Amino acid sequence: MPLIKNGAFAKDPFIFVPEGKAFPEDMGVMVTLERFQSERENIFAHNMPVAVKLASSENPEVLKGDLPRIAAIAIEFPIFRDGRGFSWARMLRTRLGYTGEIRAVGHFLFDQLAFMVRVGFDAFEVRQDFRIEDFTRAMGEMHYVYQPSADGKKTVFDLRAVK
Amino acid sequence: MYRYDEFDAAMVADRVAQFRYQVERRLAGALSEDEFKPLRLKNGLYLQLHSYMLRIAIPYGTLSAQQLRKFAYIARTYDRGYGHFTTRQNLQFHWPRLVDVPDILAELASVEMHCIQTSGNCIRNVTADQFAGAIAGEIEDPRILSEIVRQWSTFHPEFSYLPRKFKIAVSGTTHDRAAVKFHDIGIEIIKNDAGETGYRVFVGGGMGRTPYVGLEIGRFVAPEDILAYLEACMRVYNEYGRRDNIYKARVKILAHQLGADEFRRQAELEFAEIKKAGTLQLPERELARIAAYFAPPEFENLPEESPEFDAALANRDFANWAKTNLTPHRAKGYAIATISLKAIGATPGDASADQMDALAQLMDDFGYEEIRVTHEQNLVLPHVKKRDLPVIFARLKMLDLATANAGLITDIICCPGLDYCDLANARSIPIAQAIQQRFADLERQHELGELKIKMSGCINACGHHHAGHIGILGVDKKGVEFYQIQLGGSGAEDASVGEIMGPGFGKDEIVDAIERVVDAYLKLRMDGERLLDTYRRVGMAPFKNMVYQEQLHAAY
Repeated sequence: MPLIKNGAFAKDPFIFVPEGKAFPEDMGVMVTLERFQSERENIFAHNMPVAVKLASSENPEVLKGDLPRIAAIAIEFPIFRDGRGFSWARMLRTRLGYTGEIRAVGHFLFDQLAFMVRVGFDAFEVRQDFRIEDFTRAMGEMHYVYQPSADGKKTVFDLRAVK
Repeated sequence: MYRYDEFDAAMVADRVAQFRYQVERRLAGALSEDEFKPLRLKNGLYLQLHSYMLRIAIPYGTLSAQQLRKFAYIARTYDRGYGHFTTRQNLQFHWPRLVDVPDILAELASVEMHCIQTSGNCIRNVTADQFAGAIAGEIEDPRILSEIVRQWSTFHPEFSYLPRKFKIAVSGTTHDRAAVKFHDIGIEIIKNDAGETGYRVFVGGGMGRTPYVGLEIGRFVAPEDILAYLEACMRVYNEYGRRDNIYKARVKILAHQLGADEFRRQAELEFAEIKKAGTLQLPERELARIAAYFAPPEFENLPEESPEFDAALANRDFANWAKTNLTPHRAKGYAIATISLKAIGATPGDASADQMDALAQLMDDFGYEEIRVTHEQNLVLPHVKKRDLPVIFARLKMLDLATANAGLITDIICCPGLDYCDLANARSIPIAQAIQQRFADLERQHELGELKIKMSGCINACGHHHAGHIGILGVDKKGVEFYQIQLGGSGAEDASVGEIMGPGFGKDEIVDAIERVVDAYLKLRMDGERLLDTYRRVGMAPFKNMVYQEQLHAAY
């Protein structure tokens, strides 16, 4: 799937390795939380960047102690209506201070991209036909924000205070 | 009232452009209906039985004359000449065309209005006491907090795809006219023993198929902390609210399953974390800026008594109207006037374009800055000089807006029902009209006193039947409309959920059954009791006996 990283198409440094499959030698690996938890030492010993994929029901707080060693966290949207991932990303950035990649995977809409960036996502697995102009457009649809989030964008409250 | 600055205006303009693009993509087939649905819903656009329906936010129910005129204009230009005021203080147009909706939004934006988050699984338009700023004994105008919450919740990136819709209401007095305990979050403004103002936060109230009175979660939240506290409650809900079953997805299910103590514990853990980040503390200056918009108008120093008003009481129609539709004002010589949208035989909550225009004119003539919408689907002029009331009454009468029934049995809350709604199982408007006709005699209405009938055409309870002194629920039994009666509900500070009386009644029997309930009350009541009080004293059995036994007698 095409990957958008920091607003542009990018080469995906990770490959998702399903349960039971061996890790490739020369690539970063992405595994489910379950596999990460059961093969943690083995995975870090592989010595390539590690990414963990969370289902929408999985709270990232369980990764707390390992966050500095995890290069990317993918959060799955099983259906675009399931908005738990918005809270997980926000929590990762603001509470857990996570600075690695947070990637949105699964089913989400163009119209959710701006919100996703606000709560801390910086990478997106998108459909084959997705155009980068649409990403740019989504980022520019709203000029202001009313509430603080993980993007650190100045809120309308802040802007009024310096007027 | 609140006025947009350049930021608020830009937000709404951006939203209009964004929605225009969404509609374009839908019309071009780039968005499926399934994908378009949540996008249009977040902008108040429903697909109903016969057409689209557009719901416009009226933040905390406050409108200017200019905005009312715009509604009239839209009703004439894009709809069928009327609008429908709802129990969430909003206005609905029931017949717009999809292609026109972006233009309607642009019209609304020109008067600082929008449809943002009037539907969808997000934080909805915030509602408040319709007597805000006018009623005596108010601790703080609830619209100040409501506006702060409106801004914080608008396009909230984290809480726009919640398990289910989320409704917040605010009350500024101990007498609750905003039904705060029936909201996902209800906020009561209170003072503590030290005389400081703060917020009492109820979570998990609601109606629908599982009605609950909200649980007290925040006992006293300091004003600067309120957004952090709300964000904490929202996060607990977003993370743990059920998403597997639409009927169990509201926060009421989570809150009542966890219990008040556990929900509070989780919310307060979140709250502590959010406070560490510190970014949601409400700045004093911003609070003051918003509060200034809600400063009351300068009241003239008037004597409490008005000779013009007293003389007009000789007119029986005026006296009747004054008795039910006026509420004492905090300023001497003023009154709060409720304009009933429940003329006998009319559709509860509907107003025609002509009525809206004429009301706007009346507001201009008397220099009224604002008019309010109530959750009981009426309108309110909040600051009327008593000496002007006879003239106001005369003008309202010419508009069919002087029905003297506020709070009486014919002041019925009623959802659109099967006449419009895709979800309804039964019609509600014709039943409400039939009940109004039956009890049209004003003397009889006064004899019955405060009596709140609330009716819904399906279990979703948009007509608040759970909170009616008499609640009526329309159900479908094998293709036939039936109506269940509930007794003992209240949406006020003494909130309670009504109980089902027994088997339902057919559409030709329900009005008779209501009359028997009322007759039973008259037989059972003690001095000064409302039907609700009598029911609470004697319970269901005596009512039930009389209602069903006499039905048997009638059959023979």
